[in-house]
Amino acid sequence: MEAAGQLARADYIVTLLEKESVTGGHVKDWYHLFPDRRDSREVINYLEQQVEHKNVSLRTGITVENLRKNSGSFLIKTSDGGEIKSDAVIVATGFDMFRSERKEEYGYGIYDNVITSADLEAMFRKNEVRRHNGDIPATIGFIHCVGSRDEKVGNVYCSKLCCVTAVKQAMEVKKHIPGARVFCFYMDMRMGGAMYEELYKESQENYGINYIRGKLSEVAENINNKLVVKVEDTLAGRPLRMELDMLVLMAGMEMSRSGLNLAKSSGLQTGENRFFAPADHHFGSNKSKMEGVFYAGACTAPMNITETISHARAAVADVIDYFRNMKS
Amino acid sequence: MKGRQINYDTNDKSIAEYISEREPSFRICIECGCCSSTCTTGNFTRFSLRELQILLKRGENESVREVIGKCMLCGKCTLACPRGVNTRNVILLAREAFQKRIKNAV
Repeated sequence: MEAAGQLARADYIVTLLEKESVTGGHVKDWYHLFPDRRDSREVINYLEQQVEHKNVSLRTGITVENLRKNSGSFLIKTSDGGEIKSDAVIVATGFDMFRSERKEEYGYGIYDNVITSADLEAMFRKNEVRRHNGDIPATIGFIHCVGSRDEKVGNVYCSKLCCVTAVKQAMEVKKHIPGARVFCFYMDMRMGGAMYEELYKESQENYGINYIRGKLSEVAENINNKLVVKVEDTLAGRPLRMELDMLVLMAGMEMSRSGLNLAKSSGLQTGENRFFAPADHHFGSNKSKMEGVFYAGACTAPMNITETISHARAAVADVIDYFRNMKS
Repeated sequence: MKGRQINYDTNDKSIAEYISEREPSFRICIECGCCSSTCTTGNFTRFSLRELQILLKRGENESVREVIGKCMLCGKCTLACPRGVNTRNVILLAREAFQKRIKNAV
């Protein structure tokens, strides 16, 4: 959306294809964003304004069946049987959340009070952080790295945003339920973003969030309907056992299914992490190996909103450059 | 024999709470171990300030009480801490808490 708006304002004609019935992707399902806890709706409003331009025609509920290069221009076959001709393509297929039920040992879809980070965002939005039976949870655990840094699910990479999301959500839980005791179970705290470390410190200092270094092996439910977790508290060098009312799985980011389909049908290359492989990690992170096809955002790697918007703008610069070279 | 497992729910976290209320910087430790590496006591005996802090937070108080007298209160740990935890005061408060709550302690 950012790239479409920027290109439109630079006098290019843009067709924006969206597979869902509305734009906004994952962000529209979220509540407050890190690092400043801005309401996600502000970002959605901003992006909607970007594409409100006479040069942008937005078509929703449409997927791409096929993308083919034909003597310098592209033919895009759409799911409604139509065909679009274009001189350049920006792929912005984003990411999918890791399907947490794949980590069966964590009990998502088995135990009622095991939820995902996305489910919790929806609870915040409704202002109802509740156990399945309607009770207010008193002890809440966050499990980092669900579907990330895990060869067993085929994802070796770090999703990068789940740590800070857990910190943000942990504080948000304390705002909703001041008396709650909150625990984050992590492998490493990866706070490598603007204001992330400050947020982490704030969560300890002002919200009393507890951090336990250890990767959960499995969850069980006991007769009292509590979730029993056992981890190695690696900093104490001892195994630790605890009962929780609610467990939040920090689901990682994966290449989107629609992105994978596009890669298959178009021949665009993907990397070992299954995301689209950029032409060059340093100088061509927006370029594909197919001339005229560019990437924007989390279809190339896990990215936060700031990075996605910057990446989209950089894609626009590459597109404009491409057209300029084509003319000369 | 006592098992190795930390039973968080049944452990007594009152010592950690006592410290945390009076020295809030106790909460912001990130377990880097800088305090332990600079600690003279730790270099010559089995005494780790880093481990001691995590054990207090988990309510493993007995194992802390056994060793807390080893600290010489030199305060080097406080100078070294990258997060600004007043580790020296953490020790003092822990001793105070033990004295108040457990007879003949420290």
